[in-house]
Amino acid sequence: MMSKIGKSGKNPAAPVRTSGEGPKVLRAGFIPLVDASVLIAAAEFGFAKKEGLTLDLVKDVSWANVRDRLAFRQFDIAHMLSPMPVASMLGLGSNPSPTITPFSLGRGGNAITLSTRLFDRMREVGGIAENATALENAEALAKVLQVMKARGEPLPMLGVTYPFSSHNYEFRYWLAAGGIDPDKDVKLVVVPPPLTSDALAAGAIDGFCVGAPWNMVASERGVGRIVAAKQDIWPSAPEKVIAMRPEWAETHPETVSRLIVALDAAARWCDEAENHDALAETLADSRFIAAPVDIIRHVLSGEFSLDAKGNRRVIADYFMFHRGLANYPRPSHALWLYSQMIRWGQVEFREDGLRAAASAYRPDLYRTALGAGPAEADTGIEGNRDGDRFMDGHVFDPSKMADYVQGFAVRSDPATPSNGHEI
Amino acid sequence: MIEQIPADASGRLPRLLHCVITIGMPAPDLTILVIDENAIRASIIEEGLREAGHGNVTVIHEVQGVARIIETLKPDVIVIDIENPNRDMMEHLFQLTRTVSRPIAMFVDRSDTALIEAAMEAGVSAYVVDGLKKERVKAILDMAVSRFNAFSRLQRELAEAKSALEERKVIERAKGILMKMRGLSEEEAFALLRQTAMNEKKKMSDIAQSVVTAAGLLM
Repeated sequence: MMSKIGKSGKNPAAPVRTSGEGPKVLRAGFIPLVDASVLIAAAEFGFAKKEGLTLDLVKDVSWANVRDRLAFRQFDIAHMLSPMPVASMLGLGSNPSPTITPFSLGRGGNAITLSTRLFDRMREVGGIAENATALENAEALAKVLQVMKARGEPLPMLGVTYPFSSHNYEFRYWLAAGGIDPDKDVKLVVVPPPLTSDALAAGAIDGFCVGAPWNMVASERGVGRIVAAKQDIWPSAPEKVIAMRPEWAETHPETVSRLIVALDAAARWCDEAENHDALAETLADSRFIAAPVDIIRHVLSGEFSLDAKGNRRVIADYFMFHRGLANYPRPSHALWLYSQMIRWGQVEFREDGLRAAASAYRPDLYRTALGAGPAEADTGIEGNRDGDRFMDGHVFDPSKMADYVQGFAVRSDPATPSNGHEI
Repeated sequence: MIEQIPADASGRLPRLLHCVITIGMPAPDLTILVIDENAIRASIIEEGLREAGHGNVTVIHEVQGVARIIETLKPDVIVIDIENPNRDMMEHLFQLTRTVSRPIAMFVDRSDTALIEAAMEAGVSAYVVDGLKKERVKAILDMAVSRFNAFSRLQRELAEAKSALEERKVIERAKGILMKMRGLSEEEAFALLRQTAMNEKKKMSDIAQSVVTAAGLLM
């Protein structure tokens, strides 16, 4: 099943297991979120061990730390936001050290939650039903914002997790689809995921977009109302990935392959509903997410409590850990992330940016390890299939990047390069 | 919460003279912001910066409102502890705010991996405004790293002192039990504990703890 590209022949004295690539203990950084499930399951349920690997999981507190610790070799691999490797290859952010991903950790898991106060106003002003769609909710919020502006009320503060995050782009996508300019009509701030529910309860923020289980934690507490899930915005939207340094991947080809095989097996296991009790128990542990086990159990099965009043919604594929080639690092997805970076003024469009962005995703490493992958091309049109459309009906053609970005009614002004100065 | 140290806090030069010198020098005073939820560690860093001649230092212990402080202060260097989850908030701020002119992570000079690793291990992270000369940053980081380490040492010593105190207490209790139950003098009780510890190759506090535990079961 896996390719044998070990270098044991070069060094006959070395044990076969190590193959000249050094000890098989991988230090892996992660942030406590349900979308770290595959990595955690690989470590805790024997999938890594079966491949001769030991995963030393290290819980971290910020994505910036994860990035820096990976860059400076404190971590071998890391659970990372999919836009982070793309940003690093584009030279964006405050420490753009080259980072790649050969494996996606699945799809889904994000949602947008607004405070119950704000949602009540949306019902009053926008006249939406309890079971309104994500788009209807966004349009209702736009109407509330008009009222708030007319009355001179302060703009709502909405929390995301990181500038280069799926949450940032999904929240912006949803707002913009409703006709809201995320840079002018609201104020986007960063709140660490475990603090979102408290921040909402305290009125420090009026809404947020984060991964599971934090939306459900807020809705079950009665402080928030879930108004959109990732599936509503774009079902295929890339989420977390396993990140590594390209130089490390090059010098540890067999370890990378074994890791991918282990993660692939763990991902299959995570997708099976019969394993969700065991998975939820482990995730709930204080070493990992440290959240109530019943909430995690509901999250895994996609049974959503939209609020504390008993409004529920079941999203069949809220989490896809493996199905539908969810682990394949599709370069089209990296390019879509690049399009959103351009759209929101984080970077200007350049032809060589296309190559840089796509190079963050490494399907070649995935195929080498698993000997399989999708039949269709790595770069192609996104959002043109039934069941996988963008909420505003746009279709992404990576070969027409500039046109795609120009096609959005709501977008930032082109980024103005800032000048460095010598002090 | 916010402590602003006046520019002439170093006190070595009268303000006027200081200004005259500054005009003639290529390197103006750096504005430094220290963000650390640990107030003691923050004050140790602050003291180090002042000793190194940096007068323009602001220290905050709470991250509430840090965005506004950064926007008004426009620091050249931000030192933040690595365990602070609000690092992500600062990264966001740097992306959005044009007034903060593109701060970058502390890793000004990637060739200096020893410094970077030392900083990561010590738990220091820093942001530096783009274009700042690396020698100036290095001095600040070196100082922050050594002060962070000094603080960790202090904490370790404090923990050790606490456990030493606990050990003394348990030995005192064991002595009292032996004196009462076996009619020994204080010196004899102490000698018995010490001899038993030596015979069994254990710490005296461990033997004392056994005595206390056993007495609790027997009495």
